[in-house]
Amino acid sequence: MRFIFKTDYAQDIRLAKHGGHVFWYSALVLLMLAAPWIVSEYWLAQVTFILIYAVVGLGLMLLSGFTGQFSLGHAAFLGVGAYTQAALTGAGVPFPVALAAAAGVSALVGVIVGLPALRLKGIYLGIATLAFGFIVEEVFARWESVTGGNAGKHVKDPSLFGWTVESGEPFYYLCLVITVLATLGILNLLRSPTGRAFVAIRDSEISAQSMGIHLARFKTLSFAISAALAGIGGALYAHKLKFISPDQFGVLQSIDLILMIVIGGLGSVHGAFLGAIFLITMPQVIALAKDHLPDAIALAPGLQGVVYGSVLIAFVLFEPLGLYGRWLKLRTWFQLFPFYRRGMFRRQKSFQKSERLK
Amino acid sequence: MQLLQIIISGIAQGCIYGLIALGFVLIYKATETVNFAQGELMMLGAFCGLGLMTLLGFPFWLAVLSAIAAMALFGIALERVVIRPILGQPAFSIVMLTIGIGYVTRGLITMIPTIGTETHTLPVPYKDHAWSVGALVLNVEQMVVIAATALLSALLYAMFRFTKLGIAMQASSQNQLAAYYMGIPVRRLNGLVWGLAAAVAAVAGLLLAPITFVHGNMGFIGLKAFPAAVVGGFGSLPGAIVGGIVIGLVEALSGFYLPEGFKDVAAYVVVLIMLVVRPNGLFGEKLRKKV
Repeated sequence: MRFIFKTDYAQDIRLAKHGGHVFWYSALVLLMLAAPWIVSEYWLAQVTFILIYAVVGLGLMLLSGFTGQFSLGHAAFLGVGAYTQAALTGAGVPFPVALAAAAGVSALVGVIVGLPALRLKGIYLGIATLAFGFIVEEVFARWESVTGGNAGKHVKDPSLFGWTVESGEPFYYLCLVITVLATLGILNLLRSPTGRAFVAIRDSEISAQSMGIHLARFKTLSFAISAALAGIGGALYAHKLKFISPDQFGVLQSIDLILMIVIGGLGSVHGAFLGAIFLITMPQVIALAKDHLPDAIALAPGLQGVVYGSVLIAFVLFEPLGLYGRWLKLRTWFQLFPFYRRGMFRRQKSFQKSERLK
Repeated sequence: MQLLQIIISGIAQGCIYGLIALGFVLIYKATETVNFAQGELMMLGAFCGLGLMTLLGFPFWLAVLSAIAAMALFGIALERVVIRPILGQPAFSIVMLTIGIGYVTRGLITMIPTIGTETHTLPVPYKDHAWSVGALVLNVEQMVVIAATALLSALLYAMFRFTKLGIAMQASSQNQLAAYYMGIPVRRLNGLVWGLAAAVAAVAGLLLAPITFVHGNMGFIGLKAFPAAVVGGFGSLPGAIVGGIVIGLVEALSGFYLPEGFKDVAAYVVVLIMLVVRPNGLFGEKLRKKV
């Protein structure tokens, strides 16, 4: 068991709280750096996808998990980033500039969506973002001069300072660097006054407002940052797939993204990564399991939906903190052994009270 | 005359949206949560009717009634098994839960060999009939949709307005804890509301089936019913129907007058404008929280 003896206020906001953090995260970084030599090419591609989804998940986590605004149209931001990147690199713009532009355009779109969000709450916001997602998907399909319409659009390999980043190992490292930067950015943001303002808005808008937090500004900012990260993720996604079409950025993708952060664990940065791992490895696990199932089940097209849905239901019912919550419980169990009690993480029940009436 | 024709088919389509939106509103009114699986419940209802008619050979009316009853029971069971354990948790959890239920239902239907993956037609006695009134050709299927919607919404309105049950439901939606104190069995009511919503969904499914077809992905039409519910004001029963009709009309007219592509997003454009201009919808109550 570890006791942290705090002698300094700066210790409260230090990124690595103790030596264990430093050790394990360094080990993780080394492992990620060595990954191309450890895993096969196929799995390296999957790890790249995990990193890309993690970047998008970080953005959505900031918006839904930390600011409490939930978005059912996040795939639209992903798409805006992807198409901006595709159009700009197609025009010969170097990768870093195009990436910044993709993030910028997405952020701008995020601000535009965030504007009605200032007046909306809960489910209304969900529906506004859902509607926005549908409209953006239709724009992708119809604006053929830029997006190539439903026929799709090919994306060139990114070029960085004169040399082309080929898919495979170089692209993996590019994604790794961007993911690490994004994660550090989010962690830094969350320990800054801005991040605390986000969390305050999530917990109670009214009390946040009374503490002097400008709701409109911070909600818009949250939307912008979240959309920018989704745009960066989208740009990488476009390069990874080399081919994008509007149906990749539809409502199902949005729901997948929400599913990812809920299963990962709302309100934790780890959750974005755990959720991304879940989202990418689950189809592989299902594919492996198919060999052992009777044909009637294995060949059914709906199998993946059933598995995703049941996992989601199971998590909401039994583990609302997601995979990260499960890990927290496990860790606490070991830390406190043998003093762990069953009720330590019990949820507080609250009775619903309508906000519809004065 | 053509315009009138378009308006009528728009209204009929809007009634379907309205019926699905009615399911959202029922659940929202009573439990303050939103059921994203409403479209899937509708799909299930249509499949239920189809199975009863074609596989078991039930006559039309018996099949319709038993499909509705079966779906009502299914709704109650669903509430009991998955919704009730997380009663009192944040609304977001329940939304996620219903998204999960939607995934599972859609997946399970397509897993039924040969039936689930194909499109079917529902054999209804009024299939392909048409009345001609002057130069106007009235499709009987659409007329049935409009009539059934009117009847159903009148019944529901009367229930919420005049019966003890309906008033108890309204009370528990406004303040669960206070409703408990007043001796209202809140949990049982929630179960009943889910049953009612599932039954309404089954009606919508059975009405929609002759117009489109019965297939595993017909539940996606539920996503178009959200705009309907919002335009009408999420907590209002007549609002849901009116909102549905508005959406249906806008869609039909924009399909006719505007270039291709606008028809699919018209509903969403309308809802975005509505949310910016009047977030509470046409019939919604004012939203304000007192500290």
